[in-house]
Amino acid sequence: MSTAPDTGGNVMLLVLLLLPVVGALLMYPLRRNVPAAKAAAMATALLEFVLVVVTWVGYSTDAASSGERFQYVFSVPWIPAFGTHLAVGIDGIALVMIALTAFLVPGLMLFAWAEKLPEGRTASGYFALLLATEATLMGVFTATDVFLFYVFFEAMLIPMYFLIGRFGGPNRQYASVKFFLYSLLGGLIMLASLIGLYVTSADQLGAGTFTWSDLQSIAQSTPTSTQIWLFLGFFVAFAIKAPLVPFHTWLPDAGAEAPIVAAVLLVGVLDKVGTFGFLRYCLPLFPQASQVLAPLVLVLAVIGIIYGALLAVGQKDMSRFVAYTSIAHFGFIALGTFAFSSQAFAGATLYMVNHGLSTGMLFVMVGLLVARGGSRLISDYGGVSKLAPLLAGCLLLAGMSSLALPGTNSFVSEFLVLVGSFPREPVATIIATVGIIFAALYILWFYQQTMQGPVRGNAVIRALEAGGVGGPGAMIDPAVAAERGAGFPDLTKREIGVLAPLVVVIVVLGFFPGPVLDVINPSVQATITEVGLPDPVPAGGVVGGVR
Amino acid sequence: MSPTNYLLLSGLLFTVGAIGVLVRRNAIVVFMCIELMLNAVNLSLVTFARINGQLDGQVMAFFVMVVAAAEVVVGLAIIMSIFRTRRSSSVDDANLLKY
Amino acid sequence: MTAPPEVLPAGGAASAAWLLFAIPALSAVVLFLAGKRANAWGHWLGVGSVLASFALGVVIFVQTLGVAPEQRTTEVSLYSWIASGTLDVDFGLRIDPLSLTFVLLITGVGSLIHIYSVGYMAPHEGAEPSSDSSRRRFFAQLNLFVAAMLVLVLGNNFVLLYLGWEGVGLASYLLIGFYQDRPSAATAAKKAFLMNRVGDVGLALAIFLLWLELGTLQYTEVFARIGELGGGTILAITLLLLLGACGKSGQFPLQAWLPDAMEGPTPVSALIHAATMVTAGVYLIARTNPIYDLSATGRVVVALIGVVTLLIGAIIGCAYDDIKKVLAYSTVSQIGYMILAVGLGPAGYALGIFHLLTHGFFKAGLFLGAGSVMHAMNDDVNMRHFGGLGRRMPITFVTFGLGYLALIGFPFLSGYFSKDAIIEAAFGQEGWQGWVYGGAATLAAGLTAFYMTRLMIMTFFGEERWQKLTAPNGEHYHPHESPPVMTGPMILLAIGSVFAGFVLSAVGLNQWLAPSLGELEESTHGVLPHALVPWLVLAFSALGVLVAYLVVGRRPTPVERPEPVSLPVRAARRDLYANAVNESVIERPGIWLTRALVFLDNRGVDGLVNGLAAGLGGGSARLRRLQTGFVRSYALSMLGGSVFVVAALLAVRFA
Repeated sequence: MSTAPDTGGNVMLLVLLLLPVVGALLMYPLRRNVPAAKAAAMATALLEFVLVVVTWVGYSTDAASSGERFQYVFSVPWIPAFGTHLAVGIDGIALVMIALTAFLVPGLMLFAWAEKLPEGRTASGYFALLLATEATLMGVFTATDVFLFYVFFEAMLIPMYFLIGRFGGPNRQYASVKFFLYSLLGGLIMLASLIGLYVTSADQLGAGTFTWSDLQSIAQSTPTSTQIWLFLGFFVAFAIKAPLVPFHTWLPDAGAEAPIVAAVLLVGVLDKVGTFGFLRYCLPLFPQASQVLAPLVLVLAVIGIIYGALLAVGQKDMSRFVAYTSIAHFGFIALGTFAFSSQAFAGATLYMVNHGLSTGMLFVMVGLLVARGGSRLISDYGGVSKLAPLLAGCLLLAGMSSLALPGTNSFVSEFLVLVGSFPREPVATIIATVGIIFAALYILWFYQQTMQGPVRGNAVIRALEAGGVGGPGAMIDPAVAAERGAGFPDLTKREIGVLAPLVVVIVVLGFFPGPVLDVINPSVQATITEVGLPDPVPAGGVVGGVR
Repeated sequence: MSPTNYLLLSGLLFTVGAIGVLVRRNAIVVFMCIELMLNAVNLSLVTFARINGQLDGQVMAFFVMVVAAAEVVVGLAIIMSIFRTRRSSSVDDANLLKY
Repeated sequence: MTAPPEVLPAGGAASAAWLLFAIPALSAVVLFLAGKRANAWGHWLGVGSVLASFALGVVIFVQTLGVAPEQRTTEVSLYSWIASGTLDVDFGLRIDPLSLTFVLLITGVGSLIHIYSVGYMAPHEGAEPSSDSSRRRFFAQLNLFVAAMLVLVLGNNFVLLYLGWEGVGLASYLLIGFYQDRPSAATAAKKAFLMNRVGDVGLALAIFLLWLELGTLQYTEVFARIGELGGGTILAITLLLLLGACGKSGQFPLQAWLPDAMEGPTPVSALIHAATMVTAGVYLIARTNPIYDLSATGRVVVALIGVVTLLIGAIIGCAYDDIKKVLAYSTVSQIGYMILAVGLGPAGYALGIFHLLTHGFFKAGLFLGAGSVMHAMNDDVNMRHFGGLGRRMPITFVTFGLGYLALIGFPFLSGYFSKDAIIEAAFGQEGWQGWVYGGAATLAAGLTAFYMTRLMIMTFFGEERWQKLTAPNGEHYHPHESPPVMTGPMILLAIGSVFAGFVLSAVGLNQWLAPSLGELEESTHGVLPHALVPWLVLAFSALGVLVAYLVVGRRPTPVERPEPVSLPVRAARRDLYANAVNESVIERPGIWLTRALVFLDNRGVDGLVNGLAAGLGGGSARLRRLQTGFVRSYALSMLGGSVFVVAALLAVRFA
């Protein structure tokens, strides 16, 4: 009954998986020739993006609607004794995630193009690690064998550990070790569950397997008590990765100390593996346990929304600020994931993509500020919009996307999450909806602190003085500074090149989310079927009468 | 004679050896005490082989002897080199491998 | 209540209704992206785009007028916006009398204010026009506002309404904070956005509730099936929608942001914070009239909110010396009238829209006049520094004066028709409602007359107090009339203030709106006879004018604000303590909560993690002391261990 063919299949995903690896290995012979290394890395990332676009075009939503769970399937036996396969395949949810990854990486490389690296570090190593991260992300989203997923899940840590630990900020050692240990702990707990899952499958199928489809087929017949234990193992791993409160404290440290490109990949994509894991593994493999334990997750999600938002306002460091806003956003994703309706699932999936874009852009904006002012402290900046209006405008757009203003991408996902969660979880949804006030609060607070008001802040003043505008204690004429582009210049052409695709995608997805939703919806329906809990039907009369 | 006496002797020898390992400082003596313990075990193995009428115990005793011989070679070599560098054969003086 | 009209697909010009908001939106994008190149001509692009929208709006209006009333409600679906499962949110437009009325108001008044802004936002003399990009930015944001506002009124479902609703919020945020280097402007902008978001939560929850109960968010379907719901659910929906309306329209208890919003440039105050955006709450309630029709309790709450707000606005308006803040509180109060009107149900929906339109004319005119005065007075807003300006700037004086007369309800000017109609309808209610609504509205009419007369006298009459003063920048004041590009729109709006009321009631606004709002019900059994009400209102207004003349007009106005003053004046000067309440109930505890949570997160949650790590590290540091390096101690522990294992085995075996 194994649904994993042992005879290969479509090699497209394998190419997607191996191309960044090849690119990363190519960095070694090119390590002395930095321009060539950068060019090669960029070419690899762009080629990868083109291939993902080709994959997207070739993905058939009709086939997905008519019950084909995965496409681009490829599978060969790996360790036959354990029933593991080198099996990859994508559904709509995985497709949008790999598309997000492939979309972000070239832009991040452009951002890192002229970045000042810590002493003794080379750009070729930096770019190699970026490509390696991309490869592991491709693997983690495309794996259809649970064991393979686990391998990539852990492998993901390695390049990210080095990115933070070797290229990060002053406190990078602490942050990288904390990140690594936290994630590893979760991963090991998951491994225990994984073995449990294997044993369960051996009980029920006669031979143990790690193939996702086979495990899913026995999900409904596994006793709920077993499911709960296995679920918890996976859940802890994903809750740490996502992260949900109270497993979140590694994220602000890692996000703050990581170099900006790593922070974008970390918060924008790598953390999504957690929420992706909820949708792909926790819900379909342990449907009963998911329903039983949903209230627990919802409580954590709702706490996260409010808690993350309030803590964001209390931060002094820009990167930590963005990290805490992300914790609030992950609350929304978790809420949608455990509300069991097609709108909420679709919203949560779309939220993963949109959050990657909006938070990615926020991190990039922070990086641009730090590149100019050399400080991460919020209080070191002020009145920047006078000096760099374009930069301020982009920051505002990123912020608006983060607070889910209608007309930006995030609104669609947040609306879907909330409207989909309301029928089943009215109380949690109401609290989450109140969270949108806090979202406005932290974004506008941040914008006011750094961008509005008179030109002020140590970092800004220092940068201006270094640029020859104004002396110590002298009144600074912002018009003069802006005119000369000295000290605190507005966006350069390269930086515009980094931001423009993000801006376009954020706005376009706000008004035309259709193409992405079309890809997501069939897979969401499949997930609904696997969970076995039908969509709540609008029923006139009683509030919340569905449950 | 009852085989139990052999076992008693074996226990006695083992105890002597163990105490020797614990209380003596001279590495050579400690070493000899270890040999004593090994041989006490050998004795009990042979005794059990006799009691059960099987050869397994005898075979194992031979194995132990072979291993003990090899061990003596390595062990004495280590003691020699320690003595050369530290001018002492007291085990308490060779305490560099600590926390 | 008449049956809702059939919805037809839009034809002709109406099928291109999306251009109404697409043109200003495109113009906004061009202005944002074009950069310095557009500095020289950007403002004319902004004006042109709104004028084009207005022209298209007129064409659609004329086309709609040409068909029978029951065929005037049309829809055009552009594409499927958000679709998942059974949810399918259409990006569709509803063109009906109500939305067309708003389209004309927004683009018409919007065009005038755009033109006015060309002069008002012109770079200061001496500056190179092409070097100043603030005017281009201003027009970009103003165009964005127009586009968002048009989406708000044209959408055919609640989600599209929400898109416009928050879109105008963004534009309002940008424009209030337009003078970004002023910290007060930045704070006011933030405050406006946040308080609006509180309202937005209400609107969002109403949307969720409608979806839960009906499985659709399209106006037509919701209104057709709203009767299936229970009374409690409908009441909840009406109250949540009202919360949204309160946020956007500056109604009690969310009124505190609107006066602060006067930090924005004056054309913004005129367009967004007087004529259009802040009336969106009235639009919302009028648009959802089939829901409010079903909940008498909901309507009473709406009307009471209106009553409270119109009194608050009128009372505080009497105490301020800042000309724009007086007008802002006047706006709060007048929107209170509109909310009261729509809270009266079928007897008032059309009256609320009627007053909204006339108010759009005269309040926009008043704000533009105030802007003209500020333009002349080095951007000073303190009326105590004004005086005798009527002689210096005659056009401003006359146009402002006409707006003033329209606002206080001078017979046969706009306000007379629209406001009196509301007060009549209020007295037309039965029982206590009639007395409370009508009494408060009449009282507020008197207060309105008082504060507006005070404003007129302090600004345009009396001694020229500015002669003895210097502006904050050290220069002397040189009041002068504004350029024609500014006075032109003021004149047009003044004409509107004079005639709009008469014209609109003569041509039958109520019948025009009937397909959207239902027939206007005449109340027959009120607490006061109909014929008496206009006289009563007139008497109160005249009393207000007289008192103002006696208090302000006959005495010289002190340049410094007199202190100390009586308790009511003190309370009014402090916004009846609304900000104090917000600060002590929400802001301070919020700050403390945040600090406490940051502490908790660092020391508590993260402390636990770090503590665990430190505990492990410390524990192993101690434990490693056991590795003494003495072989014999290892041997002892091995022996002990072996003995323990053997003993344990034996114990298990023989126990």
